[in-house]
Amino acid sequence: MSELVLTSLRKTYGPTVAVDDVSLTVREGELVALLGPSGCGKTTTLRMVAGFIEPTAGQIVIGGRDVTHLPPHRRDTGMVFQSYALFPHMTVAQNVAFGLEMRNVPKAEAEKRVADALSLVRLGHLGERYPRQLSGGQQQRVALARALVVNPGVFLLDEPLSNLDAKLRLEVRVEIRELQRRLGLTTVFVTHDQEEALTLADRLVVMANGVVQQVGTPEELYESPANLFVAGFIGRSNVLAGRLVSPGRFESRGGLAVSVPADGRAAGPAALALRPERLTLAEPGAPVAPCMNSATGKLVLVTYLGATSEYRVDLRGDEVLTATLPTPPASDPLRRLAAGDPVTLTWPADACRLLAPDGAHDQGG
Amino acid sequence: MPAAGPGRRWLGRFALRAVATVVFCFMFLPVFFVAWISLFDQQIVSFPPDGYTFAWYANALSRPEFARGFVTSFQVAAVATVIGVSLGAAAAYAIVRFRFAGSGTLNTLLLGPLVVPGIVAGTALYVYYVALENALDVDFRATLHGLVLGHVLLTIPWTVRLVSASLVGLDRAMEEAAANLGASPLTVFRRVTLPMMRPGLVAASLFSFIQSFENLELSLLLVGPGRITLPVAMLNYLEFRIDPTIAAVATMQIVIIGALMLISDRFVKLSRIV
Ligand SMILES: Nc1ncnc2c1ncn2[C@@H]1O[C@H](COP(=O)(O)OP(=O)(O)OP(=O)(O)O)[C@@H](O)[C@H]1O
Ligand SMILES: [Mg+2]
Repeated sequence: MSELVLTSLRKTYGPTVAVDDVSLTVREGELVALLGPSGCGKTTTLRMVAGFIEPTAGQIVIGGRDVTHLPPHRRDTGMVFQSYALFPHMTVAQNVAFGLEMRNVPKAEAEKRVADALSLVRLGHLGERYPRQLSGGQQQRVALARALVVNPGVFLLDEPLSNLDAKLRLEVRVEIRELQRRLGLTTVFVTHDQEEALTLADRLVVMANGVVQQVGTPEELYESPANLFVAGFIGRSNVLAGRLVSPGRFESRGGLAVSVPADGRAAGPAALALRPERLTLAEPGAPVAPCMNSATGKLVLVTYLGATSEYRVDLRGDEVLTATLPTPPASDPLRRLAAGDPVTLTWPADACRLLAPDGAHDQGG
Repeated sequence: MPAAGPGRRWLGRFALRAVATVVFCFMFLPVFFVAWISLFDQQIVSFPPDGYTFAWYANALSRPEFARGFVTSFQVAAVATVIGVSLGAAAAYAIVRFRFAGSGTLNTLLLGPLVVPGIVAGTALYVYYVALENALDVDFRATLHGLVLGHVLLTIPWTVRLVSASLVGLDRAMEEAAANLGASPLTVFRRVTLPMMRPGLVAASLFSFIQSFENLELSLLLVGPGRITLPVAMLNYLEFRIDPTIAAVATMQIVIIGALMLISDRFVKLSRIV
């Protein structure tokens, strides 16, 4: 296993910038997920690491070796393709043995390693089958075994679960994570499914338009998004546009005054991001603790989601906040709230995250 | 319509079978007649036959021009197939794999020989060979290599079509997977691409061979003394006599080509390609 270091990686197609100045270090044994909306450059980045795409600029180092200009077969990466790309004219065992054969591993040893790899993915009994005689999930696991059996320096997966049904996706996801931990694989995992990324990865790389927006653990990304894009893309956020009038004091465009943590930011235009689950709901007139922010408005929509309920509250003007609360017990007066009722929202100052304003809106949806 | 469903489906299946049977009969009727006539015990063919005999087969086998024609045709077809399929497959690979300026035009151009009538192509080649002979001082007319070269033209359109078809279905990711596992470009080609092209190559070889073997028009002007192909030999024979010997030769030819098809069907299911 080796460390993977990308430095200022860039790829352009004519005027299109597919990947722009991506720098990233994946530590030994770490699983990093590349996450972002369609067309943001995830696949391009991964394929540059594997050597299928020549970078326009930048450097790729695997285990201390500069591989930027090496052809794919000399890079020592193990890739799992979205379509699995199994060789249809070879049996499962021959598929898995292919990489060992290319490395001139003696036959007896190769057979043993193939058997081990197949039992690792629980397919020990299917070695003699052809790929077309397997289910999608089984083919997926053959693809995993084929890539793993050669002990690649870096393990690359491009949306490996997207062709599986929801239930299987969950199963294989857990399986991949266990294998990756057990074998200590340095792994880059591409996905556009944020839940997949959050549950699977040690660290996430959020990309948009070819640019890395933020790198961090799931917790860091969720608690401290670096910008409005990340705030909206990882989980959901309420966003209020406005300005910081003085340290610790924010005023929304609609005139709502909010106390925020004083983070040393200079006064000026700013955006405020608020997680819906940090808001609490009260009937108007209920006492509000002095340290809490509050806003009064009209309830426009209540969505019952079982364990939680969602309340959309229209403040003055065109500002809307969404609060997600554990569904109150049936006896609670909050349960009788209906659209049109006046309500008060409260939240602590430390639930507010000030971000640089830009044209972006709430992308959480 | 649960009640109408099965009845309708039965009717549909029946209609399909009926049409298939009719078409099949229509296509095989000439073959059947040729085989039948080859056994008629009479010089001039008339129905019903006076009796049956194998004499025409004996006659065909005893005439040296047919045996020589068969050997010549076989040689020409074999060599033309090897050359034509190699060139055509390489062209198909280049066209499908590397999108270059003019690859579409090249693709169309390579199908050209299909639309030029054989007689025209034969005449053009003849004139071209005369020019070549003057320029190079090497014989082309009435030579084996001249004939083979002409037949290579017949094999290329089929090969390009069939091999392209087998390549288009080949997922590029498979070749990438092989490279990713440590295979050099040559090994990728040998271990992944080539095996995937195999059905296309077998079909192309078979079609090329048959095209060349039974070709008359293109060969007419290119054959020379001692290098007469079987179809030309048959035509020559017909100039002097019309008797069932020709039917006997044709029947043997059909049997040989049919056997070839059956053999290649063992390697690739032809029905899956054509
Ligand atoms: N061969 C190419 N020629 C021109 N533009 C390309 C090419 N390949 C990719 N692009 C562009 O580069 C950008 C990034 O593409 P990429 O495939 O990396 O996206 P992605 O993040 O993997 O998206 P998805 O989630 O849809 O797979 C896209 O805007 C795409 O249109
Ligand atoms: Mg992609």
